[in-house]
Amino acid sequence: MTAPPLLSLREVRKSFPAGPGRRAGRRTVLDGIDLDVGEHQCVVLVGSSGSGKSTLLRVVDLLEDVDDGQVLLDGVDVADPWVDADAVRARLAMVFQQYNLFPHLSVLDNVTLAPRLVHRRPRGEAEEAGRALLAKVGLADKARGYPDQLSGGEQQRAAIARALAGGPELLLLDEVTSALDPELVGEVLDLLLELRAEGTTMLVATHEMDFAREVADEVVFLHDGRVHERGTPAQVLDDPQRDRTREFLRRLR
Amino acid sequence: MTGATDGPALSERARARAEYRRAQHRRALLVAGTATAIVLVAVVAVVTTAPGWERAREAFFSPERAWEVLPEVAEGLWLNLRVWVVASVVGLTVGLLLAVVRTSRLPALFPLRVFTVLYVDVFRGVPVLLVLLLVGFGLPALRLEWLPVSAAFLGGLAILLTYTAYLAEIFRAGIESVHPSQVAAARSLGLTRGQAVRKVVLPQAVRNVSAPVASMLVSLQKDSGLISILGAVDAIRAAQIATTGDYNFTPYVVAGVLFLLISIPLTRLVDAWSARQGWRGSLRGVSGAGVVR
Repeated sequence: MTAPPLLSLREVRKSFPAGPGRRAGRRTVLDGIDLDVGEHQCVVLVGSSGSGKSTLLRVVDLLEDVDDGQVLLDGVDVADPWVDADAVRARLAMVFQQYNLFPHLSVLDNVTLAPRLVHRRPRGEAEEAGRALLAKVGLADKARGYPDQLSGGEQQRAAIARALAGGPELLLLDEVTSALDPELVGEVLDLLLELRAEGTTMLVATHEMDFAREVADEVVFLHDGRVHERGTPAQVLDDPQRDRTREFLRRLR
Repeated sequence: MTGATDGPALSERARARAEYRRAQHRRALLVAGTATAIVLVAVVAVVTTAPGWERAREAFFSPERAWEVLPEVAEGLWLNLRVWVVASVVGLTVGLLLAVVRTSRLPALFPLRVFTVLYVDVFRGVPVLLVLLLVGFGLPALRLEWLPVSAAFLGGLAILLTYTAYLAEIFRAGIESVHPSQVAAARSLGLTRGQAVRKVVLPQAVRNVSAPVASMLVSLQKDSGLISILGAVDAIRAAQIATTGDYNFTPYVVAGVLFLLISIPLTRLVDAWSARQGWRGSLRGVSGAGVVR
């Protein structure tokens, strides 16, 4: 018997209220998703906005409860409400589209907050590791600065350093370049390529198809909350079999 | 923006614009000065030609009487200041705690949450004067041995009860002004709900409402004078005592001036401080709106 993949989703369903009031009904966002991410693998989610990419990442990070289905981490169903969600989230890390840095903390304090509070590292040790991470993302000289003093690209690199500080087993990236000016996208993607080359396990939602082609072991095209097409980047992005996928890719060009 | 002294020489066009702005500025000063002078002259004329002016000046602005009563009124003010400091410290602490309780979702805090909602509703909705009278005359009627019954204590308690409710509401608004994505970021790093509140939400919440909280403290300083109603010998009560006998009301004016001497610098201090709080990363998008032509 082989070891289970690091992350498996089985028949995951999630819906939200379609509007205010009880009679508004519910809108299905994830409609039975199956997905595997093995250790050191990279799975890229593509699809138009509203297709459920962000919700899927939030479900994995336990920021949303599922309606039904399983979220298996190392074979353990973490969607069960009796599982310690804080401990699960401490093993994962999420980078958000809008960075979500803590504006009242310096860049270094942003990076060392979780190591000190969650992973119980002494301050000195956490700061040493934090400075090393900031150097890695090219922000060594900004450690004492505050988020509002950084450019968008720098903020997102700081957010990536913050995500890496807890030594996550899986990095969740939610359209991390969508809020950036075009000339700043490259610096963030270069950093992610570097992390990928080091074997970081990733689940990525993105609109950057060239980036997807370069990092993905598997590309998953989501449509209306379902997996519409999946395969290697060459299969899905260069030789799509279904009309929706073709249409989506054509509109991106 | 104007008046760049060094740098490259200005073009003819830029100099014409600068000259126009200077002319506009001179005109504005002239208008402001003239308007102020007219108003001042009018006020002085109306007051000094009033039939009762001579007597009013004697009764309200007698320099000798002011100098005489200054020590008593100032001693009363010292009581106001002590009440203010104690009520501020306790009010800020308890107000923040109540706001946290009210926004928390812990089941164990449910009874406390109900109490908080009731407490804030009641004390925000009842006039301060009524709270003063009820606390001042109601609590002593209970004859609790351990309860101090001095007017200063009961008056301070009544004001504290009212202001704590105000402060709790302001802090609650601050907590709710922190964007949910901040909590999501904190929780996704593995922070517990409590850690996220303490380390991420509260620091931002307190900064977001620092200006209204500070102005609440200024008005608390002023309202500390209400304890005189219960007979505590504060600045107002001391002035009142001094007016009995000769019907000279100068002591009230002295008390008023003393309150102003504290509250005006305090207000300016708070203004300067909150202006400086163009603080880290707030969502204040109105920068520069004041200089738009």
